[in-house]
Amino acid sequence: MNTATHSFGRSLFELLSSMRFAISLLSILAIASIVGTVLKQSEPYANYIIQLGPFWFEVFEKLGLYDVYHAAWFLVILTFLVVSTSVCITRNAPNFVREMKSFREHVSEQSLNAFKHRHEAVTAHAPEALAASAQAYLEGQGYKVKNLPREDGVLLAAKAGSWNRLGYFLAHSAIVIICIGGLMDGNLIFKAQQVLGYKKIETRDIPQSQVPAISRLTPSNPSFRGSVQIPEGSSADVAFLNVADGYLVQELPFTVALKQFRIEHYTTGQPKSFESDVELFDHAGNKVREATIAVNHPLIHDGVAIYQASFADGGTRLTLRGWNLFAPTASAFPLEGTVYQNATLTSEAGEHTIEFIDFRPFNIENMGGDIVETESTMSVLGGSPVSDNRHLRNVGPSFQYKLRDARGQAREFSNYMLPLELDGRWYMMSGVRDSPNEAFRYLRMPLDAAGEIDSFMRLRGALLNAELRPEIATRFARQALPKEAWGTEIEDKLKFSASQMLALFAEGGFQSLGRFIEDNIPEAEREKAVGTYLRILELAAFEALQLANQQAGLPAPLSDDASGWLVRDTLNSISDMFVYGAPVYLQLMSYDEVKASGLQLTRSPGQNVVYLGSLLLTLGVFFMLYVRERRVWLRIKPGHALLAMSSAKQTIDFEKEFTQHAQALDTLTQSASAPAKNPEA
Amino acid sequence: MELALNQPAPLLKRLSWFDWLFAAIVAAGALFALSQYADYIDIYEKAILLAVIPSLAVAGWFWKPFRPLFLVVGAISLFAISQYSGNLARMEEAFLLRFLISSQAAIMWMCALFGFATLTYWAGLLARSDFTLKTGSALTWSAVTMGWIGLMVRWYESYLIGADVGHIPVSNLYEVFVLFSLITAMMYLYYEARCQTRQLGAFVLLVISAAVGFILWYTFDRGAHEIQPLVPALKSWWMKIHVPANFVGYGGFSIAAMLGVAYLLASRGILASRLPKPEVIDDMMYKSIAIGFGFFTIATILGAMWAAEAWGGYWSWDPKETWALIVWLNYAAWLHIRLVKGLRGPLLAWWAVVGLFVTTFAFIGVNMFLSGLHSYGTL
Repeated sequence: MNTATHSFGRSLFELLSSMRFAISLLSILAIASIVGTVLKQSEPYANYIIQLGPFWFEVFEKLGLYDVYHAAWFLVILTFLVVSTSVCITRNAPNFVREMKSFREHVSEQSLNAFKHRHEAVTAHAPEALAASAQAYLEGQGYKVKNLPREDGVLLAAKAGSWNRLGYFLAHSAIVIICIGGLMDGNLIFKAQQVLGYKKIETRDIPQSQVPAISRLTPSNPSFRGSVQIPEGSSADVAFLNVADGYLVQELPFTVALKQFRIEHYTTGQPKSFESDVELFDHAGNKVREATIAVNHPLIHDGVAIYQASFADGGTRLTLRGWNLFAPTASAFPLEGTVYQNATLTSEAGEHTIEFIDFRPFNIENMGGDIVETESTMSVLGGSPVSDNRHLRNVGPSFQYKLRDARGQAREFSNYMLPLELDGRWYMMSGVRDSPNEAFRYLRMPLDAAGEIDSFMRLRGALLNAELRPEIATRFARQALPKEAWGTEIEDKLKFSASQMLALFAEGGFQSLGRFIEDNIPEAEREKAVGTYLRILELAAFEALQLANQQAGLPAPLSDDASGWLVRDTLNSISDMFVYGAPVYLQLMSYDEVKASGLQLTRSPGQNVVYLGSLLLTLGVFFMLYVRERRVWLRIKPGHALLAMSSAKQTIDFEKEFTQHAQALDTLTQSASAPAKNPEA
Repeated sequence: MELALNQPAPLLKRLSWFDWLFAAIVAAGALFALSQYADYIDIYEKAILLAVIPSLAVAGWFWKPFRPLFLVVGAISLFAISQYSGNLARMEEAFLLRFLISSQAAIMWMCALFGFATLTYWAGLLARSDFTLKTGSALTWSAVTMGWIGLMVRWYESYLIGADVGHIPVSNLYEVFVLFSLITAMMYLYYEARCQTRQLGAFVLLVISAAVGFILWYTFDRGAHEIQPLVPALKSWWMKIHVPANFVGYGGFSIAAMLGVAYLLASRGILASRLPKPEVIDDMMYKSIAIGFGFFTIATILGAMWAAEAWGGYWSWDPKETWALIVWLNYAAWLHIRLVKGLRGPLLAWWAVVGLFVTTFAFIGVNMFLSGLHSYGTL
C-alpha cells in the first residue's frame, strides 16, 4: 500500500515535471486562449442570447465562455502550468546548482577519451608550464579554470556560461511569480465569498444607494477593477464592477468629484486629448488631492489608480421646438428636455414618451472622399502623404431620443441641429431606426431662402389641409388654362383631378398615389399617367405655397428654381413623413452641454509582483538563449596533452569553438615559449 | 604563430578610430536633439533619447556595417529635411524631394529595391552566381537605406503638417509595415554576414516582398500612407519602445519561417545543391527564433506596462494581448522542444512555418477579424 502510494506519487511527479506535459500545457493554454478572442467577452447576456439562441446560450454559459479567462477550467489549466513549472524547478534545482558550482574535476581520463570532441597533442613543454599558458588562454576565452595537480601531470577543468542554468531558474520561477501576481489581482476572494453565499451579483437596474450590502464590496477589498461615470459638477464614492450578467458596487476609500471634462480636437476634427479635472475628498469631506487625469496619464491615490477610460453625455439640457407633422398649420410648440430624462408628448396620435438618450456636440462625418486621382508624379508614388482630410467634416451637434407610444413600442431618432448640404441644397436631417442594429434612415426637410424650415412647414400644412384644397385646385386650374377655358367643363375636370391628387397625397404620399394609379389606370398608360399626375401635383403644390404665404401675410414665392426645388423636396419629405413613425419633429434650438467622464479605478497589488516576474523572465530568456554552457578539460602529462570539450547543446558555434581550442592547443604545445599574453594587445 | 591563438581582446581595445568617430557622431546628434527639443519632450522621452546613444554605438561596434548605414541615412535625411526649408509644398517642387527623398518617394524606392533584390537573389541562387547574390545583398542594403530615409523624413514631414500632428512613424499599419520590412531585412543581412551564406536571401526576401505588396496595396487602394494625427491612446512614450521591440520579434519569426521553407525544400532534395547545408539553415533558424523570442518577450512586457498606464490594467485579455500570448507560447514550446529534447529536423521547420501564420494572425488578423482595445490599424 505504502509503496503503491509512493510509486503513484513518484509517477505523478514524473508526469508533472516531464517535458511532454509542459509542451501539452503550453499548447492547451494557447488553444484555450483563442476561445476568448473569437467570442466577445463580458458582453451583456442579452447580446449572447440574440447571437447564439437560447439553447447554445445556456451551453456556453455553463462552460463559462462569456468570461473564459476567469472560468474555473481555465484557472485549472493555469494552476497546472504553475504546478508543473514549480515541480520542474524543484526537480532540477539541486542538480543545476551542483552543475553551476562544479568543475567536474573528478572526471576520469578514460571518460575523457570517450568524448566526441577531443583533441590530442604532443608537447615538449613541462606539464606545469603548458598548464599555465593554457589556463591563461582559457581565461582569456572567458572560462573559469581550476588547476588540479595529478600524480603524473595536471588536469585543467574549465567551465563557461554557467549563467545559462541561472537563466533557467529565472525564467521558470518568473512564470510562477507572474501567475501569482495575476492571481493576487484576480477576483478569487469574491468568488469564494460568492460560493459561500456571502456575496451576490446585483442584476437589477436600481440606484446605487439602494444596492444591498450583499452586493457591495468594502474599501478594504485588496484588488478590484471598476468603472464609474461622473457628470461634470458631480461626484462619486463608488465604482461598478461588471461581473457576469450583473454588477457589484465597490465602495471607494475616497470621493472623486469631476470639475470639468475636456475634449481637444486636431484641426481636422479628430480627437486629440480627453482630460478630466478631478478633486479627491476623504470621507470626512476634506479635499486631499486635485489633479488632471488624461489618457496615458492616470492618477494614483491611496493605492487606487484612476484612469481616463471613456466619456459620455452628463445630462445636457436641450431647448427644442416641436413641429406637429400632420397638423394643417405650421405651428410649433416649445419643449425642454434633458439627456437621460423623459418628457411626455400629447398629440392627436395619442400619448408618447420622449426618452432623451444622448447629445453629441460634434459629428465628424465622412462626406464621401474617394482618393483624387491626379496625373502627376505624386500619383505614381501613391500621392502625397499629406492628407487633406477634405472628406471629413464636422456637421455640428445632434441629439438622440426614443419615442415610445402608449403600447410601449419605441423608435429611435437622431436629429442634427444644423442643416446639411446634400446635392447642393440644404436640409434639416432627422434620422430614424427601429432597432439599434439598423442604420438611421433620414427624413430631409428642405430649407427656404431664409435658411429656415418654416416654408416647408407652411407648405406641408397647406397640402394636408383639406379645407384649402378647393381653393388650391381652382388656382391651379386657372393658372393652367387660358382665360377662355375658365368656367368650362375642362376647368372642372382639372379641378377635380387636382383635388383628387391632393387628397390622395395627403392621405399617404406618393405611395397612395401609386396605389391609385395601379388600381385605376391600365398598365399601358401608367407611365404617361404618372408623369401627368406628378406635374399636376407639383403645380398644385406651388399654388398651395402661394396660398400659404398669402395667408401668413408673406410675399408670394418667386417662380424660380429654388421654389421649384422647395416644392419637390417638400413633396418628397411629406411622402417620407408617412413612414417616419412619429407625429412630431423635434428641432434643436439651443443646448446647455453637461459632459460626463468615464473613469476606471483599479487597485492591483499584484502589479509589482508581475513586473518583478517580467524582469526575471527577460533576464532568464536572454541567459538561456545567449549564454552557452561549455566545459573544457585539459589533461596534461609529460609529453602529451588531451583536450576534451562538452556542452549541453551541440550547435555550429560549439563546433567552431572546439576547432579553435584544438588549434590553440596545437599552437601552445608547439611554441618555443608559452605565449601567455594576448598577441594583439 | 601567436596570432593563431585567436585570443579575444577586450572590446574597447578592439575599437578603431572609426568606431569612436561613429559613437561621437551618434552622441553629438542625440545631445543636439536633446538640447533643441528638451522643452517639447517629457522625462521618459529624454531617457529614451539618451539610451539611444549607447544602444546605437554598441550596435555599430558589434555589427560594423551598421555604422555606414547609420551615417548615410542620417546625412541624406538631414539633406532632405534641409530641402524642405520648413515648407511642405516643397515636396512636390524640389526635384530631389519629388523623385527621390521625400518620405513617400523614398519608401516607394524601398519597395522597388526590395523587389529587385528578391529577383536578383533568386537569379543568383538558380544560376549559382556569387556575384549575382552579392548584387542581391547590395540591393537589399540600398532598400534598407531608402526605407530608413523615408521613415526619417516622414517623421519630419508629420511635424510640418502641424506641431501637434507630428509623431514618430510607428503609429499605424502602413508605417509599421515599412518598419517590419526594414527590421527583417537588417536582421537577415546580419545573419547573412555571420553565417556567410547569401543563398537564403531568396527565401527571406519573399516575406519582405509580401510586406511590400501589402504596402503598395494599402497605399494605392486605401490611401493609408497619409499621415494622420495620433489618437489620444497612442500619445505615449511607450510607443517608441513597444512597437520597435515587437517588430524585431515579428522579423525574427518571419525569417525563421522562410528558413524553415528552405530547410524543408533542401531536405527533400529540392534546390539542395544550391542551398547551404541543412544544419546551417537549421542553426540560422534557431538563431532567428531565439532573437525574435527574446525581443517579443520584452515587447509583450512593455505592452503590458503600457496597458497598465493607458487601459488601467497590465493584462485585460484583449484579443491582441491574448494573441501575443499565443504567439509567445507557440515559440516557447518550439524552444523547449529544441533545447531540452534536442530535436532537430523537419518537424521544427514545419513548426516554424506554421508559426508565421500564427504570428501573421496576431499581427494583422486580429485587427481585421477581431475587435478590441488594440484597434489602431484597421483595413
